[in-house]
Amino acid sequence: MKRFSGLNLFAEAFNGHKGWPEHWPDKAPKAAYDVIIIGAGGHGLGAAFYLAAKYGITNVCVIEKGWLGGGNAGRNTTIIRSNYLYDESAHLYDHAVKLWDGLSQELNYNVMYSKRGVLMLAHNVHDIQSFKRHIHANRLNGVDNEWLSTEACKAYCPPLDISPNARHPVLGGALQRRGGTARHDSVAWGYARGAVARGVDIIQNCAVTGIRRGPDGAVIGVETEKGFIGAKKIGVSAAGSTSLVMRMAGLDFPLESYPLQALVSEPVKPIFPCVVMSNTVHAYISQSDKGELVIGAGTDAYVSYSQRGALHIIEHTLAAICEIFPIFTRMRMLRTWGGIVDVTPDRSPILAKTPVPGLYVNCGWGTGGFKATPGAADLLAHTIAHDAPHAINAPFNLDRFRNGRLIDEAAAAAVAH
Amino acid sequence: MILIHCPYCEEDRPEVEFTYGGEAHIARPLDPGALDDRQWETYLYIRRNPRGAHAERWRHAHGCARFFNAVRDTVTDRFEVTYKTGEPRPAGDTK
Repeated sequence: MKRFSGLNLFAEAFNGHKGWPEHWPDKAPKAAYDVIIIGAGGHGLGAAFYLAAKYGITNVCVIEKGWLGGGNAGRNTTIIRSNYLYDESAHLYDHAVKLWDGLSQELNYNVMYSKRGVLMLAHNVHDIQSFKRHIHANRLNGVDNEWLSTEACKAYCPPLDISPNARHPVLGGALQRRGGTARHDSVAWGYARGAVARGVDIIQNCAVTGIRRGPDGAVIGVETEKGFIGAKKIGVSAAGSTSLVMRMAGLDFPLESYPLQALVSEPVKPIFPCVVMSNTVHAYISQSDKGELVIGAGTDAYVSYSQRGALHIIEHTLAAICEIFPIFTRMRMLRTWGGIVDVTPDRSPILAKTPVPGLYVNCGWGTGGFKATPGAADLLAHTIAHDAPHAINAPFNLDRFRNGRLIDEAAAAAVAH
Repeated sequence: MILIHCPYCEEDRPEVEFTYGGEAHIARPLDPGALDDRQWETYLYIRRNPRGAHAERWRHAHGCARFFNAVRDTVTDRFEVTYKTGEPRPAGDTK
């Protein structure tokens, strides 16, 4: 790997920039690896990176059905925050936020993490009480979160309509200043480049068609479109397709896959300085560095793998955005898309060992997986390397659906699901 | 916008008139006290989540307000058939 630096950039300028090597050259799979990761999104590539960089396991292969970063890693709204109510969730997501800090330096790749702040608007008395409870709970867990008055919200985000006659009056807001956005593609690319530089193979356009198990039940490898590849350990990080992959190993999972839509506007000059979320009217918005307004909302109603959603969901989202920000009513929307998110019954992820020896899973992130990318990747790598979960992800096991110790962020999440 | 055929109204109506009710044909246990934790987990949380034909419940909330069942392809979102509650799942849709 040739490092990106001012000096190298300067030197390459005299060379027509022909000296930069390919980030992740195409490789034929080896016969066997120590660890196979299924799914080359941010989470899977990150897990491969941390396995190599932090835990010294470099004989690793990442297998991807489509192309690198083409699933939910490239379909989200890039919001980063950790203002979750429960202790388990706050620790999990804040672990990720701590890793976002310094990720560009660690990867030598600019992931454009921008701490522009995530502002959650309160529109009614219930919101005020709920957000203040979140703020206190967050502070006890060392997660920054503060209350802003209506005027302070307006000062922080000038396009906001705070008139008392507004359809959704702004009664205040909760602000996490460490929250913000990052460049989603760069995260996948940076992890891929870092992992490949440490000896990891990335096999794209190669669907896994089966998981082979030995006589003792433990995994011995995967069947793929390019033949059998052996492995002692397999980590599954396949987002919306996790149910299908786990069924290959004979496991039924507590997951359902829904389309989650997002959309962007035509690009405009910088106007929107932060991320604003409104749970009550169900919409969130930020502005990308390219100038597009990035807008999202909740999932579609029904189980689907179609990677597209219903128009009336988008209509509802944009109606909310236009009420809160009348300034945007004449903006044109450029593109909409859907990603398939895997949702657990308690809306918290599963990051754990499975009943099958040698098979590990990172799934169930639902509508909030992007923000967790570095944390989930690191914890999946830890769980695989030690064959045991880290204290942070230990509560996010599969047993909780049997013993009833759910982490019920469905009711408590900072944004309604 | 998807058009959904309500088997009670016998009309194709727009999707916004309906609400989704999750996977169909999950029978509530007749003797709940006899179930162990594993069976409860299966009943409450484990779902088929198939890529393909999916039997699911819908409710014509802004029409006759009745629940019915449907088989829909989860890749194309195309409805293959809708049928009244209590009727068995049509044969040939078991992929």
